[in-house]
Amino acid sequence: MAYGYDISHLLSASVLVFSFLLLFQGRMFGLLNMFVMQAVCLSLTVASQAHFQNAPHLYVTAAIALFFKAGIIPYSLRRIIIRLGIYRDIETIFGVGLTLVVGVALTCLAIMTVMPLAHAQELSAREDLAFALSVILMGMLMMITRKNAISQIVGFMSLENGLVLAATGVRGMPLVVEFSVAFSILIAFFVFGLFVFRIRESFDSVEIHVMEQYRGEKQ
Amino acid sequence: MELMHDLLLQGWQMVLVVLIAPWITGVVRKTKARMLRKQGPSVLQPYRDLRRLLSKETLLAENASWLFRVAPYLIVSATWVAATLVPTFATGLPFSWVADLLAIVAILATARFFLALAGMDVGTSFGGIGSSREMMIASLAEPAMLFIVFTMAILAGTTRLSTIASVMASGTMGIRVSIGLSLFAMLIVALAENARIPVDNPATHLELTMVHEAMVLEYTGRHLAMIEIAASIKLVLFLSLISCLFFPLGMAQREDGWLAMGIGLVAYLLKINALACLLAIGESVMAKMRVFRVAELLSIAMLFGVLAVFLLFLSRGM
Repeated sequence: MAYGYDISHLLSASVLVFSFLLLFQGRMFGLLNMFVMQAVCLSLTVASQAHFQNAPHLYVTAAIALFFKAGIIPYSLRRIIIRLGIYRDIETIFGVGLTLVVGVALTCLAIMTVMPLAHAQELSAREDLAFALSVILMGMLMMITRKNAISQIVGFMSLENGLVLAATGVRGMPLVVEFSVAFSILIAFFVFGLFVFRIRESFDSVEIHVMEQYRGEKQ
Repeated sequence: MELMHDLLLQGWQMVLVVLIAPWITGVVRKTKARMLRKQGPSVLQPYRDLRRLLSKETLLAENASWLFRVAPYLIVSATWVAATLVPTFATGLPFSWVADLLAIVAILATARFFLALAGMDVGTSFGGIGSSREMMIASLAEPAMLFIVFTMAILAGTTRLSTIASVMASGTMGIRVSIGLSLFAMLIVALAENARIPVDNPATHLELTMVHEAMVLEYTGRHLAMIEIAASIKLVLFLSLISCLFFPLGMAQREDGWLAMGIGLVAYLLKINALACLLAIGESVMAKMRVFRVAELLSIAMLFGVLAVFLLFLSRGM
């Protein structure tokens, strides 16, 4: 039990580590593999929290995370990638090195933000919240810096991983909320999937800058 | 009597790292060969290679300076000193008061400095390109290494390696996220420092990809033997460092009896062989990176180091 909290804490840090690796990863299928591993880490974190907090409903959350994030969504993304034939390297707006530096700066920002927030809380819970916030920020960063629609979807999904992490770190999120979040994520995923095909039909590409030209934002 | 006992232990540690260095290299090569479903040379092959190299004639390029001839001995002695300072089977040995982590990093940097100089000495283009790449990798790996050192220093309150290992072994620390992050960073740094895949391929002489091999291309005979044994010792050094910082199971203390020392020795040998096998497996499943990707890999190591230090500040409440 003494190590119990440490273990779930370490696992939630590994979710953050996979967020960094998502930013680092330059290939489509590599990106999906990293995303699967992040989801597995997330569900392990949630399961360990369920065990150590004696909160059995969190097992359901873990199962949802494992089933959707590590199963269905990566599988269908893989199908989309194969059907669209986009295995190429992903282009980032600035280089990987700079993106990673921004990522660390965001993590520091998250830590600085959370630190004064929860004085009464236990120290590790505070760190958990900081990790969750930085995973969310990292997802946003990924959506900003990637030009490709698929990798933006992955960024959005990893952002949602951060939300789940935040919700389980602090005690007592009702299961209904979790269900509705998971459901809305799935809906969002369908919409994304449809959109990607529509974009592809209209522009022959899923690179974002083509659309910017069409909208007249960039000549 | 006390002094004799101490000196004996310290001397044994000094001999041990050199004795097992070719063995570890052999284990890595053998495991890699078996991963590829090949028979592979015997684990003892590096010892035979060294003996063969020592008995062979040493050729020198016409324009080689004294530096070229001295460098191998400097490199091997610097690496040996650094490896001696890392606690292997016991902590608190008599020389441990000089075994500062920063000092070890500095001694290794000295060895690398001479290696790079020797690579450029003869003036071939391969030597030059190898030296410049080695320096590029080093300039990225060293900051990452220093951040790992800082993390350890904050946790243990000292940069003395022996004390850090004792603190880690005592188990009072618990599992910390910072330790996990620095382990991750340490693994990347160790791969880069030892010129392993994905940073460099130790088994190739392909012009465009080699880094370490390019620098030592001009060496023959006993000079090459020195370079090879130095590379093996450096690998043992990093494996020992990882095992004493992150997996300090079974390590003996200075005042322990012979039995504890024996257990420590067996545990050390098991750990280091296991790590060598893991390294070989890791090398077999990874592909070598382009030289320009290496900077990104090492920046990951450095960022994790920074993150580890920052998290420690957080958990200490600034």
